[in-house]
Amino acid sequence: MEKMLAFVDGSVYSESVCDHTLWLAQKNRSKVSVFNVMDVIETSHNSANFSGNLVAEARNTLLSELAELDNKRAKLAQKKGRLILDDAEARLIAGGLKNIDTHLRHGDFVDTVTEFQEEADILVIGKRGEAANFAKLHLGSNLERLIRSANKPVLVAARIFRPIKKILIGFDGGKSAVRAIEHVSNQDLFKDLECHLLSAGKIDMNRKKKIEAAERSLSEIGRKTKTFVKEGDAETVISNHVEQHNIDLLVMGAYGHSRIRNLMIGSTTTQMIRSCHIPVLLFR
Amino acid sequence: MLTLRYSNLKKDWLANVRGDILAGLVVALALIPEAIAFSIIAGVDPKVGLYASFSIAVISAFTGGRPGMISAATAATAVLMVTLVKTYGLEYLLATTVLAGLFQIIAGVLRFGNLMRFVSKSVLTGFVNALAILIFLAQIPELIGVPILTYGMVIFGLLIIYLLPMVTKTIPSPLVCILILTLACQIFGLELRTVSDMGSLPNSLPIFLLPEIPLTFETLSIIAPPAAAIAAVGLLESLMTASVVDELTDTASNKNRECVGQGISNFVTGFIGGMAGCAMIGQSVINIKSGGRGRLSTLCAGIFLLILCVGLGDWVEMIPMAALIAIMIMVSIGTFSWQSIADLRKHPRSSSIVMLATVVTVVTTHNLAFGVLVGVMLSGIFFAGKISQIFRLSSEPTPDGRSRIYIVEGQVFFASAEKFLNAFDFQEALEKVTIDLTKAHIWDISSVAALDTVILKFQREGAEVKLVGLNKASETIVDELAVYDKSGGLKRLISK
Repeated sequence: MEKMLAFVDGSVYSESVCDHTLWLAQKNRSKVSVFNVMDVIETSHNSANFSGNLVAEARNTLLSELAELDNKRAKLAQKKGRLILDDAEARLIAGGLKNIDTHLRHGDFVDTVTEFQEEADILVIGKRGEAANFAKLHLGSNLERLIRSANKPVLVAARIFRPIKKILIGFDGGKSAVRAIEHVSNQDLFKDLECHLLSAGKIDMNRKKKIEAAERSLSEIGRKTKTFVKEGDAETVISNHVEQHNIDLLVMGAYGHSRIRNLMIGSTTTQMIRSCHIPVLLFR
Repeated sequence: MLTLRYSNLKKDWLANVRGDILAGLVVALALIPEAIAFSIIAGVDPKVGLYASFSIAVISAFTGGRPGMISAATAATAVLMVTLVKTYGLEYLLATTVLAGLFQIIAGVLRFGNLMRFVSKSVLTGFVNALAILIFLAQIPELIGVPILTYGMVIFGLLIIYLLPMVTKTIPSPLVCILILTLACQIFGLELRTVSDMGSLPNSLPIFLLPEIPLTFETLSIIAPPAAAIAAVGLLESLMTASVVDELTDTASNKNRECVGQGISNFVTGFIGGMAGCAMIGQSVINIKSGGRGRLSTLCAGIFLLILCVGLGDWVEMIPMAALIAIMIMVSIGTFSWQSIADLRKHPRSSSIVMLATVVTVVTTHNLAFGVLVGVMLSGIFFAGKISQIFRLSSEPTPDGRSRIYIVEGQVFFASAEKFLNAFDFQEALEKVTIDLTKAHIWDISSVAALDTVILKFQREGAEVKLVGLNKASETIVDELAVYDKSGGLKRLISK
């Protein structure tokens, strides 16, 4: 049975994460675990006490004060977290899924993903998180970290789910791109979809061979494939193509380059997720 | 890793900027009197303690393993320096500080932080109480043979410290105590001992200098023992304080990184003319209480401290000792675990003994490391005693009365080996003896020797002995060490 992890956090993306999950899931055969990870937010002691003195049993008094404060805050956060999960579960059930479990967790988001991804086949996450709703150019602070530490395919949900008819595979010849091709050819989900294979940038013999091989493996099993080779900067080429051809889903390999390089010139993957307003399915 | 690190960095430093800066200021104000007082305990100029507190706080903000913890010059390490300073002087103290730092770095690299799990709760309580008593005792010399007025001023100071927070919590009450007592002395022209009687205060920023000592083996033999003691006590108090902060903030810390961090702070501090220090329980509690959580709070405490004492040096000199004594008494009262006295009745006697032994050892030796050592050893012994109680031997003869099955349950090791041995009845003449060890564990050579003795004794009485149900771990140690099944075993045992 295929197992999926869906991550919701109460932002506008929560609903679309559920919708994308529904699209990916095979009605009776998929098991979906819905996660809501509550980050521990350090807030300072509300009632500021600058008296700077140490009364007898200062430690114990302070400890019980802090514990009480945390307890109240945590209870509130838990209630809210549960509601978010309940909403998500209801939406998934309404969509026809049966095998659902929900998890409310404390701690770091990416740590939680790393802990649970081993038992999953695919992860679904929103493009932006709760905190970064309106800072349009700033991606969800967790997203890049998540994609880097994920060793499973990740579906990054767009703000609103649109029925998916046409997909675009961004092909750079790298290992993760090959894995993306394999996934698309193996999954029934992509059977009736129109599939665009796009390679951007300089084309040499080696790259050409790889493209042909990819095209062959897709058309051999009957996928409707169109191949495009375009010169230019990958980010612009791909996002232009997405707009011109009304693509509904972008499939690509993630982070082919080292972190240092990304730090200097930015990562194609991050820019791509940012500039395309459609969901992105990433492979490592 | 880079983004991961970056996000941790951000969390450690920038998650609580406003709270950290304010708390840092409160802590800096509280550090000034303490740093001066601890310098006086150690017998050096106040500037040595102030430079140390600045440098240790700033460096440990970056290198430490516990965000939000305050490290500076401390009483625990100061009491270990007294003799060294008296006999050899300041330069040797600086060299000792550098060496203590080196020891701590090594301890951190060797992961000594993991050993903290052997320090039980009772030992920790004993440590804290002993520390409080040491701080209080250090004030006694300042209270003997002084004008009566001093006592009045100390009591007045204490009243300010404890009563002011009932009126306002927006300003540190120890600071108000210093201000009012200093003003009172100046206005009424009271003839009391002041900080300026204790030595010079810093009037410049600290500079890098090498300790002026001969680099000989003799020097090393002078500074190594106190350096080791300071390193040990410093690590103990730091790791303990880290656990206290962990508990208060409900977050985790990196104990081994803390060891290395303390080491680096002391190493550098020795070169800029500061004395060795470590984490401070009281100050860390004050930091958390004032809203400090991140590394920024520790950094701010150090920087504010330097600005305050370099900028206000002339005024600091006028502070009467009575104000400092009042503050130290407050620290001592706040550090002591009063609950532990009430707990003496409730807690098991063994843990009370461990706690008291730790306190008594520290107060007599003035070395917290010895106290902890005694405490840890005692708790080990008590634990072994308790575990040895989990041992039972029952037996059952076969219907024909010719053989017997002995059933051993529990832990067989040095503390229970004798009990094990005495539980067998060798007078009974048997043809066959079965010893069932299914529910037992054989731990060490004492227990293997006891088992050997039992088997060989039965064999001498003419019985055939069979061992059953030995678990894997026990089997390994019995196979390796037992003699009963090796040739000449009987002879070797008899000859013993």
